[in-house]
Amino acid sequence: MSSNNLNHLLGIKGLSKEQIDLIFSTADNFLDLLQAPVKKTPALRDITVANLFFENSTRTRVSFELAEKRLGADIVNFSSSSSSVSKGETLIDTVNNILSMKVDMIVMRHPAPGASQFLSKHVKCQIINAGDGTHEHPTQALLDAFSMRNHYKNNLSGKKVVIVGDIKHSRVALSNIYCLQLLGAEVMVCGPATLIPKYIESTGVKVSTNLDNALRWADVANMLRIQMERQDERYFPSIREYSTLYGLNMERMKNVNPELLIMHPGPINRGVEISSDVADSHNSIILQQVENGVAIRMAVLFLLAQKSL
Amino acid sequence: MSNDKALLLNPQKVALITKRFALQIVENHKSFENVAILGLQPRGIDLARCVKNEVSNLVGVDLKFGELDHTFFRDDIGRGEIHIPKPSKIEFSTEGMNIIIIDDVLFTGRSVRAAIDAILRYGRPSRIELMVLVERIFERELPIKPDYKGISIDSRKVNQKVKVDWQNDDNVNVWLLNQDKV
Repeated sequence: MSSNNLNHLLGIKGLSKEQIDLIFSTADNFLDLLQAPVKKTPALRDITVANLFFENSTRTRVSFELAEKRLGADIVNFSSSSSSVSKGETLIDTVNNILSMKVDMIVMRHPAPGASQFLSKHVKCQIINAGDGTHEHPTQALLDAFSMRNHYKNNLSGKKVVIVGDIKHSRVALSNIYCLQLLGAEVMVCGPATLIPKYIESTGVKVSTNLDNALRWADVANMLRIQMERQDERYFPSIREYSTLYGLNMERMKNVNPELLIMHPGPINRGVEISSDVADSHNSIILQQVENGVAIRMAVLFLLAQKSL
Repeated sequence: MSNDKALLLNPQKVALITKRFALQIVENHKSFENVAILGLQPRGIDLARCVKNEVSNLVGVDLKFGELDHTFFRDDIGRGEIHIPKPSKIEFSTEGMNIIIIDDVLFTGRSVRAAIDAILRYGRPSRIELMVLVERIFERELPIKPDYKGISIDSRKVNQKVKVDWQNDDNVNVWLLNQDKV
């Protein structure tokens, strides 16, 4: 157990390998719990969690909500479109109003990078970052690494992971890079040069603009969606060209390691970054990722609730 | 802070108690088909395994055996003390079973309460019994008492602790630690 007890989970950066191992071993127990006939525990019956989603979300929101409910927590859900934020209220005022109703923990998704970090300095409650702009998405990285670790029997050391697609606008990519490197994996990012951040190599990753070469190098391919909603200009000529150069299809799979593990954080744009037959193939663990997401979020909530992370 | 300790049980006595437990299980259960032993994580597992082996030696029956962690069912999560879960390994349904929970020490009774809740998620047993090596008879916080006990002691909560030192199955010592207040 780490002595560096965290009050928040704001990002992977700042976590130690021991803390990640503790989250994983706790999630193992929750995975077991989720297989039992009764999937609920009353562990967080004293805790109220507010899910603040200032951006659209399906998977993450449902996953957090299920995790909270299975831990017995009381929950309140909030989305910016149906709230006083649209009337001009500031983030701190919104959150403090919610906290005055005796909320213990906040799960927040926000379009601004650093929003959860900012909030953690101004409000008195525990905060879990469920995605802040193009910055970090720590629980997604944890569930991705947890899924790989389970597939490779608890050892990611030396595994080669290529993250493919819109690296520039992806919070999943950055959190994955931090997390996988901490666990001893080698990471490569691959995509059009325009969608790879200029200084990404400073994180210690390899960079490729050729998907076929990258796939031949890799044990795992994590395919990312093109984040159209964050693109303020055109980064590539057309979706069709992107799909031709960076889409993972069965033709490409013929020339790579037959055991290549295929992952995707969702939502999938079938036919763009990944074809349907690859997404549904035996190489894919996309649905296991979703299942593991609930266990990982239960572990994070459980450990943060007793300030033991 | 100074400590002193008194030996409550030596390896010979622990071995005798384990044999007695096995005999009591045989005496109290007409059939073993529906009997299962669950050791409580972390410190009840070794004793549970030894009792199971003794029953097997006595009557040649391998009782169903599992390891149970009750961390997620505790009533004090987020109230100061930190609890890290251990794995549960129960590969059978507890529906309709006679379950014998085994732990090293019974004190406040709260762990056993949590363990009962944890068992219920695997099914509805017809009966749950409790077996402990040491029963601390004072400071119980819930109406829970053991069906099988090694010894009873009248230790006090504030400055005493029972430590079961399980080096290996043939070398188990149980100590009463007296911890003076700082």
